[in-house]
Parts: sequence; structure tokens; C-alpha cells
Amino acid sequence: MLSVKHNEPVEFTEEMLGKFAEIVSRYPEGRQKSALLPILHEVQAKYGWLSVPAMDSVAAYLNLESIEVYEVATFYTMFFLQPQGKYVLEVCRTGPCCLVGAERIMKHIEHRLGVKEGEVTPDGLFSWRGVECLAACGYGPVLQIGPEYTFYENLTEESVDKLIEELTEKAKVNG
Amino acid sequence: MTIGKPRLKADIMARKLLLTHIHVPGIHTFEVYRQQGGYRAVEKALKTLTPEEVVEEVKKSGLRGRGGAGFPTGMKWSFLAKPEGVPRYLVCNADESEPGTFKDRYLMTHIPHALIEGMIVSSYALGANTSYIYVRGEMMPQIRILERAIAEAKNAGFLGKNILGSGYDLELYVQPGGGAYICGEETALLESLEGKRGNPRIKPPFPAVSGLYNCPTVVNNVESIAATVPIINEGGEEYAKIGIERSTGTKLISASGNLNKPGVYEIELGLPVEEFIYSDEYCGGIANGKRLKAVVAGGSSVPILPANLILKTLKGESRLMTYESLADGGFQSGTMLGSGGFIAFDEDQCIVRNTWNFTRFYHHESCGQCSPCREGTGWMEKVLHKIEFGHGSYSDIDLLVDVSKKIEGNTICPLGDAAAWPVASAIRHFRDEFEWHITNGHEAQR
Ligand SMILES: NC(=O)C1=CN([C@@H]2O[C@H](COP(=O)(O)OP(=O)(O)OC[C@H]3O[C@@H](n4cnc5c(N)ncnc54)[C@H](O)[C@@H]3O)[C@@H](O)[C@H]2O)C=CC1
Ligand SMILES: Cc1cc2nc3c(=O)[nH]c(=O)nc-3n(C[C@H](O)[C@H](O)[C@H](O)COP(=O)(O)O)c2cc1C
Ligand code: SF4
Ligand code: FES
Repeated sequence: MLSVKHNEPVEFTEEMLGKFAEIVSRYPEGRQKSALLPILHEVQAKYGWLSVPAMDSVAAYLNLESIEVYEVATFYTMFFLQPQGKYVLEVCRTGPCCLVGAERIMKHIEHRLGVKEGEVTPDGLFSWRGVECLAACGYGPVLQIGPEYTFYENLTEESVDKLIEELTEKAKVNG
Repeated sequence: MTIGKPRLKADIMARKLLLTHIHVPGIHTFEVYRQQGGYRAVEKALKTLTPEEVVEEVKKSGLRGRGGAGFPTGMKWSFLAKPEGVPRYLVCNADESEPGTFKDRYLMTHIPHALIEGMIVSSYALGANTSYIYVRGEMMPQIRILERAIAEAKNAGFLGKNILGSGYDLELYVQPGGGAYICGEETALLESLEGKRGNPRIKPPFPAVSGLYNCPTVVNNVESIAATVPIINEGGEEYAKIGIERSTGTKLISASGNLNKPGVYEIELGLPVEEFIYSDEYCGGIANGKRLKAVVAGGSSVPILPANLILKTLKGESRLMTYESLADGGFQSGTMLGSGGFIAFDEDQCIVRNTWNFTRFYHHESCGQCSPCREGTGWMEKVLHKIEFGHGSYSDIDLLVDVSKKIEGNTICPLGDAAAWPVASAIRHFRDEFEWHITNGHEAQR
């Protein structure tokens, strides 16, 4: 995953443009705006978040006004408008998961990572936040990690510790 | 309250139509799905039935929308406008975000071809040549699974041009959402699929008249669409023999909370609630030997019921898992089947805390278009927070009831009602718990 700074211009690779074109082909002529959410997901998967220049480039590609992209990016909770940790732990905080200990898990993550919800650890590796019901309530507590939204179910303090250790190792190996 | 020994009626109530082959290794692949009789419904429909005849079978089946509203699917299909020269669309609602509901994710993960096959049959019935499956964006793994399944089906000639030589063409695409509960509301979903914010439209016009790109569109839940496969295979009349009264067929129930065996179960509509909770065939009773306190039977939006009222109606009749039986007693003593999100609370759970949590959810998810919903959910969240954390006063309870009444029925979409009902019902049935928090403020401050 690349990371861009706030005002860094964004130019899409040939590979990304190829993917964008395939996405646009799914809709009728003149309805290319439908491609906006899928393309924003692609861009976020590449850069880790949506910077203003990245959104402007998407607007230019789809022949939209920039504001049409901003208003969408700000509406949907999955889009990050600030840089995040390399791994964003998103824990479900909704009712059914709380019946089986989600609040305890969130407290544990906060304590273990030493940062508040939405903040990034000093090494840049982790951030975390509570999210709403992830449609896995029977297997709670649960968390997900983008950009592939890998899922972890029936969390315990121990399994969360193990996950954080594994991800830390993985980041060391991959640099 | 004592609960009698569970009566096992597993033999007569255990027919499965959607999850029949769930445990067959490799059932997520086209090859294995096909070996198990998959895609027979497509063959039957495209080779032997006209689109109108498919609609007729679905009408006969009595299938009701499994997304939560329970609107008869066949009737919705027959309302689809058919102006000359205008394309029609089928859009599958796989935005599943109602707290307590996780059946669609389960189905798509394990038997994706059941949905793809249903999409082909349903699109054929509606005369749609392009169809979309709108999947909530967080379900990226399921999006990949569906994309793979679509590629396999296309490779085998079940999608694309001139399917099985019938002259019928269909392209099927998966569309990711962006993380917004409101996009499960069908008109917000269509806005989102058009690349916009998920603000619900005013209905009518219903999507059947003016939907995606202002064209006639049917929006159906994942489970409704998958159910058309057994309906076409067995015939609508056979399907209608399962279940009770106007609750025909089987239903996927997502069971969560303090249960021994939470998970997704396919039940025949008509199963007694008591059996669903306590039988080993299903949830296996309440976890850790505790007692059942309350149940939210149909996803977070439906009224909560205390244990005695979920097991038996006010008339003393055994409560059944059907649209009618769960609604028996109206909002005073009944609830709704909704999306089948069955959340069980044990005796240690705090109803006030859960109500606050749900209200926080609705406030967070309100799209903000209507002031009663945008402001009302915020007010209720604040007041409930106050009560839960020991700073409430008795008048706050009446304030909550008042705000919930002012939201109900005064909004563009039912999210407002969905936010109001859990609060009103929690106070109706558990007022003493709210009062306890207010009287014992210091103890409540944890
Ligand atoms: N599965 C989930 O995750 C969630 C489900 N829900 C459920 O959604 C329900 C509310 O959904 P709505 O779509 O607002 O209910 P609705 O009653 O307005 O509509 C139900 C379906 O019937 C169609 N319909 C109704 N009257 C029609 C007519 N005259 N002509 C053509 N079509 C017609 C609608 O287009 C829609 O597809 C709630 O009862 C709740 O249980 C709510 C939140 C989440
Ligand atoms: C706030 C809100 C959220 C909804 N979310 C979903 C959902 O995630 N999945 C779904 O199938 N229906 C959902 N619905 C209901 C849809 O509007 C619609 O009734 C349904 O998709 C129709 O399909 P069906 O007739 O097959 O049930 C929601 C409704 C509301 C008001
Ligand atoms: S009721 Fe709430 S969610 Fe629905 S349209 Fe109004 S503000 Fe939006
Ligand atoms: S409440 Fe956590 S996944 Fe549904």
C-alpha cells in the first residue's frame, strides 16, 4: 500500500486505469457516475485513504464536479479522509456484539495499542475504531481489517493480542 | 418463570430448501453446486416456462419479502411497469446491516451460486437484461466470492448472451456499498448505485415504476431471490404447503446474543419460538445456564419483548415463528418477524444500556434528510446516555416516549420508525429498569 501526503498530486497507474475502465463498462452509456463508489474503493485500497488530489483525479476521470466526489466520500463511513495506520482494526460496537463482550475488547485494544479511537500508533502501524454491526452478530465480538476486509470472529483478549503481534511481525518482514 | 422440557419436533419442522447442501465440501464452486442439482431452475425456467409463468409460480408460492417488510414477492413483480423501449432492472439488496441480521452474508459466503441462480431466474421473469447485486462494502470477501461465482456461471453458459440457446441475455454485476446502514433502504440503495449519497427518495413512486436510472426496477433481498430456486424447482404450490397461513416456506433466522449455539438456522415458518430457543436442533438454550430475559425477534428495528411475551402471546397461545404470530397483540404485546434477526438477552443484560446502544446506532446512521429523525435520534441518544450513566430524572422517561412519538410516522423512510420502536417498547415492557437507573444513580455510574 502506498501512502500519499495531503497535497501530493495523484496519478493513477495504467493498471488502475484499466480496472476503472472495466468498472465503468458495467453501467449504461452516460451513467458512469455509478462507478464512483467502486473506484473510490480501488483508490483507497491503493493509497490507504482518500486525499483531496486523489478525489479530484477521480472526478476528472469520471467527468464529474469535484464536489460530487467529496459529498459521496464524506457520506460513507468506509472512506478515510485522513491517513490511517497501516492496519485499521475496526471493531463492531453494536448491541448484539456488546451482549458478548465487544466493549471489553475495544477497551483492551485501546489499552494495548496505547492510542485513542481514530488515532495512529507512533510507528504508523495501527489505528482502530468502533464500527456498526458487521452482519456477523452470531460470531461476536468481531473485527475487520481493510483493504480486503479480513474478518476475525469470537474475539478474546488473547486472540486480539496474538493478532496484533502477528501483524507487527508481518509488517517487519514486508518492510 | 419455568420453561418446560423442550419438545423436539425436529422431524416435521426441519425441511431445508436453501441450506440443503451447505455441508457438502466445495459447494461454493460451480462444479459441486451443479452436481448437487444446481442450475436446474434456470434450465426449467428458460426452456419450459415463459417469464409470466415464472411470475405466476412465485405468486402461487406465497413468498414474502425476506428483507424485513414481508411484501409478497410475486405481487411486487407483477406491479413492474413495462413501458415500451425502456430497460427494466433487478437489483439484489445485499446491504445487510440491520443489527442482529447476518443470514445473507452466510448464504453468500457458503452457497453463492444459490443467489446467482436465483438472480438468473428472477431477471428472466422480470425481463431484465442487466442486473446488479448491491453488497455492503465491508463484505469485500463476499464480493470476491460472488465475482468468482459469476465468472464460473458465465463460463458454463448460464450468463451472457443467448443463455442455454433460449435467446435470453443477462449480464450480472456486483456493486459495493460504502458503509451506510441507510443504503439498505431500497431507494437509498438505488441512489447509492447511481453514485450518490444514500438519501432515500419519497415513495411512491415505488421502484417498480421508477427505480434505477428512473427505469422500472425490482429490489429484492438476497434470501427472497434465492428462494425462487426451490419455488421453480418444486413449483409454487408445493412451496406454499410449507409453513402456516400467510407465512409460507422456510426462513433463515440469524440467532445472536446469549445463546448456547448462535448462528444461522433455516426453519420452516411455524416453528414455536420456545423450540427455536431451547431445542438442541437450534439454539440449544441460554448460555451459561442463565435465564432468558428478553428477545428482539426481527432485527434491532422491531419491538423488544420480555421472555414471557416472546414465548406466549397475551392470550396464552404458544408464539410461533410466523409473520402473524409474532405480530399478535400489535405493538402492545407483540413484535414483528422483520428480517429474522433473533437477539436473545440473558437475565444479566441491561435493557437501558442496549436501548442506548441501538439509539446511538440509529442516530449515527440517520441520513439527516428529515428533522424528526436527525434531531429526534440525537435527543433520544443523549437522554438515554444520561439515564444509563446515572444522571437521569423521572421526567426523562416521558420525554423519551414523547420524542419517539414525534418521530414515528413523520419521516421520509422507515428508519425513523425503526429508531422510535425499540425505545417505546423497551420503556413499555421494562419501565422499572429505567426507573431503577434513575433512583440508583450512583450505582448506575459504572
Ligand atoms: N435486512 C435488513 O438488514 C433490514 C431490514 N429492514 C426492514 O425493512 C422494512 C422496511 O422496508 P421498506 O422497503 O421501507 O418497506 P415497504 O413496505 O415500503 O416496502 C416493501 C417492498 O414492497 C414494495 N412495495 C410496497 N408497496 C408497493 C406498491 N404499491 N407497488 C410496488 N411495490 C410496492 C417496495 O418497493 C419494497 O420493495 C422494515 O420492516 C424492516 O424490517 C430494515 C432495516 C434493515
Ligand atoms: C433503514 C432500512 C434499511 C434496510 N436495509 C435492508 C437490507 O439491508 N436488506 C434488505 O434486503 N432490505 C433492507 N431494507 C428493506 C428494503 O427497503 C426493501 O424492503 C427490501 O430490500 C425489499 O426486498 P424483499 O421484498 O425481498 O424483502 C431496509 C429498509 C430500511 C428502512
Ligand atoms: S427517516 Fe431518517 S434516514 Fe430516513 S430519510 Fe429521513 S432522515 Fe434519512
Ligand atoms: S452487532 Fe456486531 S456484527 Fe452485528
